[in-house]
Amino acid sequence: MLAFIVRRLLQSIVVMLVVALVAFSLFNFVGDPINNMVGQEATTEQRAELRERLGLNDPIPVQFLRFVGNAAQGEFGISYRTARPVADLIAERLPATVELAVTSAAFALTLGIVLGVYSALNRYGWTSRFVMTASLIGVSLPTFLIGILLIWIFAVNLQWLPSYGRGEVVDLGGWRTGFLTLSGLQALILPAVTLGLYQLTLIMRLVRAEMLEVLRTDYIKFARARGLSNRAVNFGHALKNTLVPVITITGLQLGSIIAFAIITETVFQWPGVGLLFIIAIRFVDIPVMAAYLILIALFFVIINLIVDLLYYLVDPRLRVETPAARTAA
Amino acid sequence: MMAQTDSSETPLLEVLNLRVEFPTRRGTLVAVDDISFDIKPGEVLGVVGESGAGKSLTGTAVINLLEPPGRIAGGEVRLKGQRIDNLPQEKLRHIRGRQIGMVFQDPLTSLNPLYTVGYQLEETIRTHMNMSEGQARKRGIELLSEVGISAPQDRIDQYPHQFSGGMRQRIVIALAVCANPSLIIADEPTTALDVSIQAQIIDLLKRLCHEQGTAVMLITHDMGVIAETADRVAVMYAGRLAEVGPVQNVIKQPYHPYTKGLMGAIPTVGQKLERLTQIDGAMPRLTEIPSGCAFHPRCPKAFDRCDTERPDPIAVEESKVACWLYDDARVLSGETEQ
Ligand SMILES: Nc1ncnc2c1ncn2[C@@H]1O[C@H](COP(=O)(O)OP(=O)(O)OP(=O)(O)O)[C@@H](O)[C@H]1O
Ligand code: SF4
Ligand SMILES: [Mg+2]
Repeated sequence: MLAFIVRRLLQSIVVMLVVALVAFSLFNFVGDPINNMVGQEATTEQRAELRERLGLNDPIPVQFLRFVGNAAQGEFGISYRTARPVADLIAERLPATVELAVTSAAFALTLGIVLGVYSALNRYGWTSRFVMTASLIGVSLPTFLIGILLIWIFAVNLQWLPSYGRGEVVDLGGWRTGFLTLSGLQALILPAVTLGLYQLTLIMRLVRAEMLEVLRTDYIKFARARGLSNRAVNFGHALKNTLVPVITITGLQLGSIIAFAIITETVFQWPGVGLLFIIAIRFVDIPVMAAYLILIALFFVIINLIVDLLYYLVDPRLRVETPAARTAA
Repeated sequence: MMAQTDSSETPLLEVLNLRVEFPTRRGTLVAVDDISFDIKPGEVLGVVGESGAGKSLTGTAVINLLEPPGRIAGGEVRLKGQRIDNLPQEKLRHIRGRQIGMVFQDPLTSLNPLYTVGYQLEETIRTHMNMSEGQARKRGIELLSEVGISAPQDRIDQYPHQFSGGMRQRIVIALAVCANPSLIIADEPTTALDVSIQAQIIDLLKRLCHEQGTAVMLITHDMGVIAETADRVAVMYAGRLAEVGPVQNVIKQPYHPYTKGLMGAIPTVGQKLERLTQIDGAMPRLTEIPSGCAFHPRCPKAFDRCDTERPDPIAVEESKVACWLYDDARVLSGETEQ
């Protein structure tokens, strides 16, 4: 177990270093950092002095190490655009993105599993056929189109829900949450559905396919032959076995929710890190872009790590190594 | 026509004109066609036949566990006189596991890999018997020790992958017998196992069923096992019953030309049916079952009547034989020798 965790941690570190290298090269290959920081009218001496002070005259590997060291401490420098520390900008906007991502992940996961299981168990039923067809639409429509459609229906025509922003937020020791106010929750619905819909349909189709596969296995047939109730067979046995492979892919999907949030945040003017990133691109605000890249990679890596551990906990075949297990395999 | 054999004992299981079909796009496939047999309490009925003859489907149809679109399209299954083929699922499941236990071919895939052996035992026991968790666990441990697993109190908490194939089949058998059913349907219970372990598993099945008076429907390719274990034997061909009768008759002096071909060599323990087949040609596919007697294209004894009329089982001594050679008219006119 310990060896497994250590191995996965090392792999994660390598991934993070590669991403850091990409983020680092942004500074050197996209524009000149000095030009970005000082105006056109700065003198050559001023530029040289700034260059020296920022350590830009050091060898590249030294600069990279410094960059990684700072990043590890959450230090990403000063935003070119706002002249504020990038870490502060991110910290301000992270809660919005995390709450959006968590809500849509919960939405996608719960509904995806429920609908997937339902349509597998009632394969020939009318409702499950309908759900499957509808899910095709969910998979094929681009996110921004879904968002605009939802805004058009629920915000413009029905006027039930707001079309942009986060609503009122409550400050909980630096974490500004929208979960505690009515307007905050209302504002969350459309973006969360927009962001989660694609994952929802994917998870649903995956759960369904996997469950149908499991329902055909010998141990399910044997469970029925033992006289177990339908409930015990379908939910005690089939569902648990279905979720083992589903965990992995679902985990990856949840990681991509955070990345996909860029589009949703833009459509709904959601004040999260995705929107921050879009604005940063427009102003070639390299430190913010670099920090965003590293942050997203970090989310992916952490989610992957959790998924692996879950997998390990759910499937006893990975957990226990015995002579019998090895010969049987 | 249907001479009653040994009418003193009422059968435990009666299968009457059972028919299993698969509706397909190109018409309906009849995989089990009008099969009738019975099993008396405590009796071991061996079921043999080439691959694809419909043995497994017959076994699963008895407990109504056919995978859709396969379905029972006709006939009856009676357990202790009561029809069970038309029961709703909820009633059926009190028969599965409780009255009829099932053992499948592959022990490696019969157990759920995510649950301990104990969990699967306890859940089955508690489904059928009114027991507390503690009692069920105790019974689970007893059962494991009965099927020959050492240190059962430790091993009960292990997962299936921690057991070898033979051990897993022992566990499957423990699961099949845990509610003292009166019939076990064992579908090639040793085919997937090492030859060295096969005899042990058959012995275990024999011993347990003998002790508890459990009847067994033993589907197998192993004629040696049949010779040693079965009381009666049913021979299937192309979804139909060719012959059913006492084991000595079927093995030593079979009546049906197909059975004669099967028994062409004297079987010894461990020999497989496939290798004994001395009949030219192969069993027809379900889409091209010949007219009349399904065996006629391969039958050395076929005559004019065989390709037009389908023979019903005819009582010959204690056996029933689906072959026109034993039709009264021919038997009376002395045309059948041997
Ligand atoms: N789902 C299905 N759809 C169509 N035909 C099927 C299906 N399942 C089984 N069959 C056919 O039914 C016939 C009988 O199958 P069955 O499994 O009972 O054979 P068997 O006698 O047990 O053979 P084996 O010795 O190989 O186990 C076979 O010809 C098979 O092709
Ligand atoms: S009925 Fe005819 S073809 Fe069929 S087994 Fe008997 S003799 Fe052969
Ligand atoms: Mg079979």
